[in-house]
Amino acid sequence: MDEEDTRDFNERCAQCSEVNWGLTDGGRFYCRSCHNVTERTREVVNTDFITNSRVQSISKGLKKQEKTDGGCEWYICEGFQLVLKKQVEALEALGVCPQMKDEILCNFWRCYLQKSKQAYCKRPAGETIKSLSGCESSTDVDSDPERPSFLRLLSLSESEGDLPTDCSFASSVSKVSESTSVYSGSVDGSLYLMKNQKEKLRMTMPMTLSFCYMALLWVREPITLSELLRFVVEGHIPYLNVFQHFPEKMKLCGLDLKIFCVESWPVYEEVFNKMHELAAFLDLPRFPDITESCFLHPDMLCMKYLMEANLPDELHNWTRRVVKKIGIGEVDFLTLMPGNKSTRKVKYDVLAAAVIVVVLKLLFLLDDNYEWILSEFAEERNKNNTEGGPYFEFKKWYEVVKHSLDVEQKKLDEEKAKYLWRCEKPLFYSIKNKSKVLKRRQMVVNLQNQFGKLSGSVQHAEKPNPSSFQLSWSEENRDGSCFHGHSLKGILQEKRGLLTAMNPDYWLCTVKLCNEKLCGHLAHYREVEFPQSYHFVLRLFSFLLRIQPSYIHDEVCMIEHKLFNKKLCKKLKYNSVLRK
Amino acid sequence: MDSFLEEDAEAVVVVDGKRRKRRRNPAAQAAMHPSLHLPFLPPLPVSSNEHKLNFKKSKEACLDYIQDALLQKQWKRAAEFLTCYVESLEKDYSREHISASEMIWRIGTEILWHHSQSSVKEFSCFMEQMKTLGVKRYLKVCLEHVFHLLCNGQIDEAYQNLSLAESWRFGEQTAIQDKEMKLIQAYRGLLDYCSWSKQKSILLEHGEDEFSDLAVEQEMHSYFRKAAVNLKEIIKIPGVWDVFVKCYVDLLEFYGDHNEARQVLNEYAYNSKFPANPNAHVYLYQFLKRQGESKKSLISALKILHDIVPSHELMIDFNTMLQKSKKRRKRRLGLEVIFAGLDYAGWKENEKAWSCLARQVKQIVISEKHLDWIKQEWNSRKDWWPAFHFSRYLAKRNWQENKNLSYEKALVAGILLGKDCKYFKYVSHQGCKAQLKRFRTLKKFVTRHNPVYLRISGPPVSSVQP
Repeated sequence: MDEEDTRDFNERCAQCSEVNWGLTDGGRFYCRSCHNVTERTREVVNTDFITNSRVQSISKGLKKQEKTDGGCEWYICEGFQLVLKKQVEALEALGVCPQMKDEILCNFWRCYLQKSKQAYCKRPAGETIKSLSGCESSTDVDSDPERPSFLRLLSLSESEGDLPTDCSFASSVSKVSESTSVYSGSVDGSLYLMKNQKEKLRMTMPMTLSFCYMALLWVREPITLSELLRFVVEGHIPYLNVFQHFPEKMKLCGLDLKIFCVESWPVYEEVFNKMHELAAFLDLPRFPDITESCFLHPDMLCMKYLMEANLPDELHNWTRRVVKKIGIGEVDFLTLMPGNKSTRKVKYDVLAAAVIVVVLKLLFLLDDNYEWILSEFAEERNKNNTEGGPYFEFKKWYEVVKHSLDVEQKKLDEEKAKYLWRCEKPLFYSIKNKSKVLKRRQMVVNLQNQFGKLSGSVQHAEKPNPSSFQLSWSEENRDGSCFHGHSLKGILQEKRGLLTAMNPDYWLCTVKLCNEKLCGHLAHYREVEFPQSYHFVLRLFSFLLRIQPSYIHDEVCMIEHKLFNKKLCKKLKYNSVLRK
Repeated sequence: MDSFLEEDAEAVVVVDGKRRKRRRNPAAQAAMHPSLHLPFLPPLPVSSNEHKLNFKKSKEACLDYIQDALLQKQWKRAAEFLTCYVESLEKDYSREHISASEMIWRIGTEILWHHSQSSVKEFSCFMEQMKTLGVKRYLKVCLEHVFHLLCNGQIDEAYQNLSLAESWRFGEQTAIQDKEMKLIQAYRGLLDYCSWSKQKSILLEHGEDEFSDLAVEQEMHSYFRKAAVNLKEIIKIPGVWDVFVKCYVDLLEFYGDHNEARQVLNEYAYNSKFPANPNAHVYLYQFLKRQGESKKSLISALKILHDIVPSHELMIDFNTMLQKSKKRRKRRLGLEVIFAGLDYAGWKENEKAWSCLARQVKQIVISEKHLDWIKQEWNSRKDWWPAFHFSRYLAKRNWQENKNLSYEKALVAGILLGKDCKYFKYVSHQGCKAQLKRFRTLKKFVTRHNPVYLRISGPPVSSVQP
């Protein structure tokens, strides 16, 4: 009797991996080898498990069909749609304008689906056979191209757990789903990775952030890309393990993992470049103008970064002069024009940081010598001068900022090392190794509990609220650690009614820029070849923007070349050290 | 570059011989030298590869923090980071040299062993998990668990664990972990030996009560059999098995199987496949001594020990035996042995050793034969022994702490360095002041034989008579 009832339950025991099941009085399965009782009951298995395998093969083309493992049919792009929804909701919670979700991002996504011929399009019949992909060969799409079912998830009225089971793709040819379901939980997971689509932009996890960034840029929200990525790492925007928010019925396995399971943080360059590719791919018109009142305008961002770097407010006059002189504050320079290959894409945050670095070089030279001499002068004058704001001392600033930076950097490094990557919802490549994965997961949880008790530290408290500032300096602190109000008097002189820098020299980071399109960089940064003060400043901004110092260096070189373009052309032959 | 390469190839052909070149037609020649096509280079990475697989990088960093914490004995901090490191179990790169699971086993054991808040129960719980985690080192984990239990005095639990481990079967893994299995069995044998020894002492205590003894005796014999089988197995394999050998020999001797015991000990000491092991010779010597063997065999056992460990405490026995020998060569060796022993700091205050040396030196001085033996030994030591052994500071300290020691040393110092040496002067002065008779005789003896010192410390004979 037992034998018959348990015959169909072939799963391995989670404890001993045997397949030797008996039935308890309560109708539950227990392992005859190790007496482990499962949660599964006979009823569930018999009705759900067995009938389905039959029904499915008969009811081809029926919507809302359930797969053998209790999951439903779903498509990769539905997964990404869910991810985007989660992300944009998180952004809303952070305070971006509420229209962004339904009016901007939603339209971008719709447009993407159409351009990539995944929905809202008529397809030539020949291609249907060729591509054999479930979603592309869907006849429903052809017959009803304008059906907005895809966007249900994005509309506000949608409830969380609901799945678009009746979406246009669920009716796909089950032949495809049968042949591929072994390798992926989704219908088109395996085809998705195999497809060699040069003309189409394939969706990836980093691309979801490109979408977000593009929408943010469109509505000119005061969030830079570096900030967006920092919020992702800090967990304010879902990215890693975002699949745990998928509805229960959307089973991920096989190749789906390769698509949705990320084990890396998004990289600035990748998200940035993909965003521009995307904007071009979608044939978007010119983005709204970035004017002087916009947060992304260099003057605004410089102000923010000057505050965060604890530099005197007076420096802002200088950053503005530099911005104006080389025209990087112009609307045409700053505004994104998709598909325009002749202009360089603007990294607003990196550009602003680089402007500050250039200004520091103009005033302090940062050659490991001159800035210290100036600092000594300032110190002397501060001793004798008690009136007005104190003179800015580079040395003091360096000490204060370096200390904070080191502390924060150490904290960040430790946090990175302590980061927990896995979530409650375990993933397995296939049903075959499900028990193994679950066993491992359980073991990890056990060990975490055991050593967590010994670690003495309280388990991770709630994550801190998101903040645009990572370092904060307050003038209310009387310990003199805030330099915002310090004056630049000591290092400026008046010439014909205009304040100019005392410093007569300048050194260029590089004499010749590389071709960015060929080599990937404008310049090449090697720490040892540059003064330490310069490196420190780069390191400071690299920490604030969470990008490699070399990216800021590239931008510094670009600005320098714009600034010194005329002089450079004349003097290039003779000297790389230029007199201003 | 291309043309250079082709030229080079051409040159080789020419060197190879003209004959072959002449035979080749131009078409064939062209086939031999296809124009060099450079392979495609991989596309330059647009984004830096450093950021790829942050998961792995983050876990590696985590491991670094753990190691730092361990080195600084910050067990809490180590536990904190290990809590985060265990995740890497879910992504175990088995290709790596040491897998994550092994890391966790080793680090976890270390933390639990030292952490003030861990308990034996918790340790066992951890070990059970580690056993299921790595089939490839199942028996190693078992062994470590057993050691931990033994350290905590839980002998019965340890025995149970050993028995369980012994019955473990896992396909070919059982065969691969053959060595570990032998160790498991050996340790079980060792615990059986402990039980045997306990029974033995019960039996010896109540020697008269014959009725109850029968059961105890039977039990004891069964322990013997179990222990003997396993111990015998392990000591066949080359290795250092001191504890097993000792126990096995004890068993054999108790049951009167002296031949087997001798064979085992000889094998352990002299089989060249076994690593050099001073204890092997010590055990052999002790066994031979117990058996009342001849001086000759005892001396030969100790001779090897002397070669391996000149500072071994048995060297005093060795010297005593050699001094008593009638053969000159052996007495000469005895002097060498005792001098060599006293070269070691550990022997500095060894009264017995100094008395041995004093006795032999005195004997030689009195007999006035073989002064050259002393001279030869002294030659290599005269520039450092005075500071090492015979400083005024040491004279003071020895006198305060151990009068006998200072007496023996003073005698040696007086003979080797003469009556004016600091050590001798101080000690004999103190001795006379305290009105101790033997110090007065000592002073007389040294004064009388003072010329000896000149002969000892003088230039070597060979250099005087070239």
